[in-house]
Amino acid sequence: MTAMTAGLVHVLAVDPVPWARSQMAFTLAVHIILVPLGVAWAFMALVANYRGIKKHDPDAILLAQRWSKCMAVTFAVGAVTGTVLTFEFGLLWPNFMGKFGDAFGIPFAVEGLFFFTEAIFIAIYIYGWKRLKPWPHFWTGVPIVIAGIGGTASVVAANGWMNEPGGFTLNSAGKVVDVDPLAVIFNKAMPLETIHMLVAAYLVGGFLIASVYAVAMLRGRRDHYTRLGFLIAFSVAAIAAPVQMLVGDQLARWVYENEPTKFAAIEMVPKTSTDVPETLFGHLNAKGQVEGGFAIPGFASILSDPSEGTSTQIQGLDSFPKGSRPTNSEVDVVHLAWDVMIGLGTLLALLSVWFGVVWLFRRDLPKPKLFLWLAAAAGVLSVVALEAGWTVTEVGRQPWIVFDYMKVKAGATTNEGVWLTFLIIVGLYTGVMVTLAIILRKMARDWRTGGDDGPSGPYEPRGPRPIEDAPEPQADVPVEVQA
Amino acid sequence: MNWADVVAVILMVGIIAYALFGGADFGAGFWDLFAGGAERGKRPRAVAQHAIGPVWEANHVWLIFCLVVLWTAFSEAFQSITLTLFVPLSLAALGIVLRGSSFAFRKEVQRTSSQRNFGAAFASSSVLVPFCMGAVAGAIASGRVPAGGQAGDTWASWLNATSILGGVLAVAVCAYLAAVYLVWDARHIGDEEMVEYFRHRALGAAIATGVIAAIGIVVLHDDAKYVFDGLTSRALPLVVISAVCGLGSIVLLFRDAHRGARLLAMGAVATVVAGWGVAQWPYLLPTTLKVQAAAAPDATLISVVVVFLLAAVICLPSLGLLYVLDQKSLLEADESEPQRA
Repeated sequence: MTAMTAGLVHVLAVDPVPWARSQMAFTLAVHIILVPLGVAWAFMALVANYRGIKKHDPDAILLAQRWSKCMAVTFAVGAVTGTVLTFEFGLLWPNFMGKFGDAFGIPFAVEGLFFFTEAIFIAIYIYGWKRLKPWPHFWTGVPIVIAGIGGTASVVAANGWMNEPGGFTLNSAGKVVDVDPLAVIFNKAMPLETIHMLVAAYLVGGFLIASVYAVAMLRGRRDHYTRLGFLIAFSVAAIAAPVQMLVGDQLARWVYENEPTKFAAIEMVPKTSTDVPETLFGHLNAKGQVEGGFAIPGFASILSDPSEGTSTQIQGLDSFPKGSRPTNSEVDVVHLAWDVMIGLGTLLALLSVWFGVVWLFRRDLPKPKLFLWLAAAAGVLSVVALEAGWTVTEVGRQPWIVFDYMKVKAGATTNEGVWLTFLIIVGLYTGVMVTLAIILRKMARDWRTGGDDGPSGPYEPRGPRPIEDAPEPQADVPVEVQA
Repeated sequence: MNWADVVAVILMVGIIAYALFGGADFGAGFWDLFAGGAERGKRPRAVAQHAIGPVWEANHVWLIFCLVVLWTAFSEAFQSITLTLFVPLSLAALGIVLRGSSFAFRKEVQRTSSQRNFGAAFASSSVLVPFCMGAVAGAIASGRVPAGGQAGDTWASWLNATSILGGVLAVAVCAYLAAVYLVWDARHIGDEEMVEYFRHRALGAAIATGVIAAIGIVVLHDDAKYVFDGLTSRALPLVVISAVCGLGSIVLLFRDAHRGARLLAMGAVATVVAGWGVAQWPYLLPTTLKVQAAAAPDATLISVVVVFLLAAVICLPSLGLLYVLDQKSLLEADESEPQRA
């Protein structure tokens, strides 16, 4: 019996670090899909709203109304997954937070401010459609967009700080003293990383929404409403995609100059050298040499510093101590994720250019059905690119949680039950995402079959049930109120 | 008063807000759980669902607020708490996900049996989460979370008299708040039968909460001496106000008064939570870690205060706008969409 108990304890007691990493990665991977919807959808709804008022276009107004309702649902799911992430900072990384919370926490406090504002104005905007005058109502939507941008910037600032920690000093006991809040928030990595993520949010949000209408058009719905839905969303993405190439290029060069370890992993450069080839795909073998893949001679050097050309030197992995740089398999992951991001990003930018050129000359969508097929795929592809980009920055920082200050292992919890919470979380999140998909689909179906037949979505009106004097304006949240 | 004290008060404000707003959400799930079979429980469930619907899980912003303030301003305490109370906090997080998804799911599935399954998941997690939160509070109050970013006992820290009391009390408080709010909701829906239904339950919950709180005094006396001493000395006025508010709400509920019960119920809950804070002052983790000792450098604390003030400047007027628009009946969910051209 005792042996059994001991055996059981042994089975249950698993090294928490890999599980904590997996759980954090998984929950963030899910949450990051909701981010573009939260940030960019409000903007697109406002574009439709603006057009609706200016051009007296009832279809545009209808689009804006429906989008705002969908937004409320994705916002609610984002609130749940965001709550889980908040818990996880403590449950998975207590030793990191205990030591660096004094500095790292500041951007999150700022984020809370934006989140609150966003929630309040989402409530006003969604429930203001019927009774508020069109223009004042339109303006109540603007703070949602601004708060979305501010919230994103805050969270990315926190991530940037992990890459480029600053704005604090450690005393001899290793405790954080002398915090400079502005230097924490506006750390060196913050500006470009933030712009990159914001453009990504608009890119992904645009392609995701547009893909829904692209599918509808492929199924033969070519009416003004569907076309408009596609055009607004796709235009946002089509502007964001080429911009993202420029921003990404700047950021890559910045990483080359400031985060050489990550850059060595990105370009998969084992030894410091000049005339480094750009290797597409491939991996590091057991000896740490590049194997397989397709090499473009000298191209990585040229891209890193065009003015120096092929004589640009790139620091290799060998110039960093083994325990302080990503392992070979991590390098493989970073490099592959990089290739995927760049490849898909380029593809999406080309698709955008195709659309842009045709639109410029013909004021119409490209005729070939291939365009719609690609546009329909672009939603999922852009999400893949987003996940890949995030993988590059996170895995590329390994083994550090705070670069050069604390390793992931040292920041992790010592609780051995993480494997179990990870498995449960995966199960629950699958449920959440399925729920979300079902709700959104049902809303769309109900609308298509003509008007509201019954409840759809948790924020939807449910028949004539007035709550006149809403209980204390619990209005950090969309309050449903009726006359 | 120094910056650490100010931030501690801000943290307390967040906890009270979560208790008042999040608590009512959880409590609605409690009444859902005990509403009986599919047929019998249909109407009360509908009222509860109607009340939660608009705020679906968004009241967790208060919880997020508390966690962020705790880890930013008092990171050592945050570290100790999350290391020690890994199990109840994990259960709470999982419960929150389960609740959020099953609530939405239940509305979408058509078959009664699947509705019942999702409903059960929703309702039981609505009880599980406040229980865990209460147990966490009990663990802290009874001094079972050690200072120094150390892990206390994984199980005994939250499976003890004070924690169980805290958990049960939290569930009762949620049920009480929700029932009082639901009386109000039912009245505005114009469902007199449900007004009676929830009025009886509000009365029951109020009395049960009072009894549990009374038992709690004995438990605290034996198990959490420091907090007990605080509650019977410097926090006594708050305890008295809480009791008076609670009794007042019982009287109003009994007399079926149309006004005041909600406000008094909120007052009773807010003061008892505040009382806990005052009772364990100046400790964040009684009796090993003082607020002052756990506090981050001043610049960090000031940042938190500035953000809080900014929130007050930006969010309060926004909330005010929402409230005014609401009062003028300018906000309304559109029931019939304009048909498109």
